[in-house]
Amino acid sequence: MTETTFVEAIASTLATAMREDSRVIVLGEDVAEGGPYLATAGLAEEFGRERVRNTPISEGAVCGVAIGAAQSGLRPVVEIMFIDFITLALDQLVNQAAKAHFMSGGQLSVPLVLRTQGGAGQRNGAQHSQSLEAWLTHVPGLKVVMPSNAADAAGLLKTAIADPNPVVFVECKALYFRRESVPDPPPPVPIGRAHTLRAGKDVTVIALSRMVGDALEAANRLASDHGIEAEVIDPRTLVPLDLDALAQSVKRTGRAVIAHEAVNAGGFGAELAAQLQAAAFDYLEAPIQRVGAPYTPVPVSPPLEDAYRPGPREIEAAVRVALEWGEYDAEPWEHGAIAGERL
Amino acid sequence: MDRDVAHALLRTMWRIRLFEERVAQLKRSLQVHGLIHLSIGGEGVAAAVCGQLRNDDAVYSGHRAHGHAIAKGTPMKRVMAELMGRADGLCRGIGGSMHLVDAEHGFMGATGVVGGNLPLALGTALTQHLNGTDQVTVVFFGDGAVQAGHFNESINLAALWKLPLIFVCENNGFAEFTSRAEHSTVERVSAVVAPYGFERDTVDGSDVPAVHAAFAQLLDQARGGTGPFLLECLTFRRRGHYEGDPEKYRDPEAEQEWLRRDPIARMTERAVEEDWIGSGAAETIEREAREEVEEAVRFARDSPFPDPEIAPTLVYAQ
Repeated sequence: MTETTFVEAIASTLATAMREDSRVIVLGEDVAEGGPYLATAGLAEEFGRERVRNTPISEGAVCGVAIGAAQSGLRPVVEIMFIDFITLALDQLVNQAAKAHFMSGGQLSVPLVLRTQGGAGQRNGAQHSQSLEAWLTHVPGLKVVMPSNAADAAGLLKTAIADPNPVVFVECKALYFRRESVPDPPPPVPIGRAHTLRAGKDVTVIALSRMVGDALEAANRLASDHGIEAEVIDPRTLVPLDLDALAQSVKRTGRAVIAHEAVNAGGFGAELAAQLQAAAFDYLEAPIQRVGAPYTPVPVSPPLEDAYRPGPREIEAAVRVALEWGEYDAEPWEHGAIAGERL
Repeated sequence: MDRDVAHALLRTMWRIRLFEERVAQLKRSLQVHGLIHLSIGGEGVAAAVCGQLRNDDAVYSGHRAHGHAIAKGTPMKRVMAELMGRADGLCRGIGGSMHLVDAEHGFMGATGVVGGNLPLALGTALTQHLNGTDQVTVVFFGDGAVQAGHFNESINLAALWKLPLIFVCENNGFAEFTSRAEHSTVERVSAVVAPYGFERDTVDGSDVPAVHAAFAQLLDQARGGTGPFLLECLTFRRRGHYEGDPEKYRDPEAEQEWLRRDPIARMTERAVEEDWIGSGAAETIEREAREEVEEAVRFARDSPFPDPEIAPTLVYAQ
């Protein structure tokens, strides 16, 4: 095991992939300078600026370049600095990358990784803090990956680069700089396999990205304060989704809470809840609870942003609702109630 | 002009012309499917450009792509089967008219999104550059794509990275239903790219020997590893934007203009004049092309529709 951080794990996995395969190239804004979060630090020095290409602020064309290179034999890893700017590349991603294999009757494939990062918490405001992963899961042909820790980030990135399909790799800026222990070398993590981080019999908490750590914190407190044993599962990849693992857990516990930082309305939790209720309806003791952000853009002012971001406390409250359902006239848990109290 | 080259140009143009006239008929009887955009009037550009490329050079095209694919070497019968949605189509009937791909012949793809192919072509040219080959990439697009954001982003990047890429603009003066004058104050596409400092040329797209000569000169340089280049060909769009377009915008004088700008008529006249083709050769070329088109229609009709089970197996590469 080595001590490292999420971003260091990303940079070092990219370097390993570039050493092992000359087809791997990295491109994006400021990538040769290491980028604002240093996720590509050291690559230009080791591999040169032909393979580590700084690009102008042209997200659409840069994403398209990566697609064209991928379908011509390279293995590009393109960085979109903030997921908010993926809006500018969606035509290429949605209309070209996702459909090239299908529309060509299988002639073309697009082994592309698009790395980006999202999430709030740094007072960056409404255009640098969003969680937009659900949009991408709506497009057949894309794979969507959301690692919650450094070891998974390294293992999933390795697998994503080897995958013959376009993989959108959604990181979380709030996770970037924590010290973590990672196996050396980090083992590859298969795309499409969930990870159970904590076993429990009372309720299943399915958490994405940053919310995995928050779910563990909530689960520990629920256990020590209330004797509630929550099972915490990280799907790790949204497309493909390891529904079997999630449904099996929910069938055992009979209760489910889904937690992500994205706005609840139209969020990936809605899809998860729909799939889970279809797979485990007869086992459910309570409605599936969702924890997510309220239906507003992300505010800058610190108390407002803190209230906006769901965390362990919201997960705990949602678990209590799921567990107490039927014991009394519990109201479905709503984010705003706690947000208001904290303000 | 070399007699073989002249012969090949005429042959390719007739093959495209008659293929597309037949497609127009088949569209009216709903035997080909979806939105159909024909390139009649622009065959000379496809023939002169693709005729000089190797199989391992890459071509990208837009929504008006049948001619580019056929000129690049794609078997006509498989294009016809694709338009009819059949299992033996180029893309197994899954892609359709606007999404033709024939990787085996270096036809890397048409796209239904105007300008959407430009960045992809850069990606292929970047691959050729990094692999150190003398392959080149050509991307066809219309003047309508020039106002799209991708065009400006792509022109800048291609110039910055000096990619072995030739932008071929078929400027037919119309973006869908609307004349260029209503979409931009810049008349010539070659003027739009002027500040980026790469070599560019504007030619009469119905003067096929002129297109051929201009492209030859750019291709030679691109093979040597320099680029990018832009060749703007002023063409005449004989048909509407798509088959079924009511063409209310069409100038009644256009019929007269067509007589001057039909690239096949002009090329045939010139070829006879210069003795590039012998007497009766033009008729033979036309007859053979007609036979090939009918054979393509038979091939396509004989091909079954694809098994519906195939669609979910093609979403992800294994």
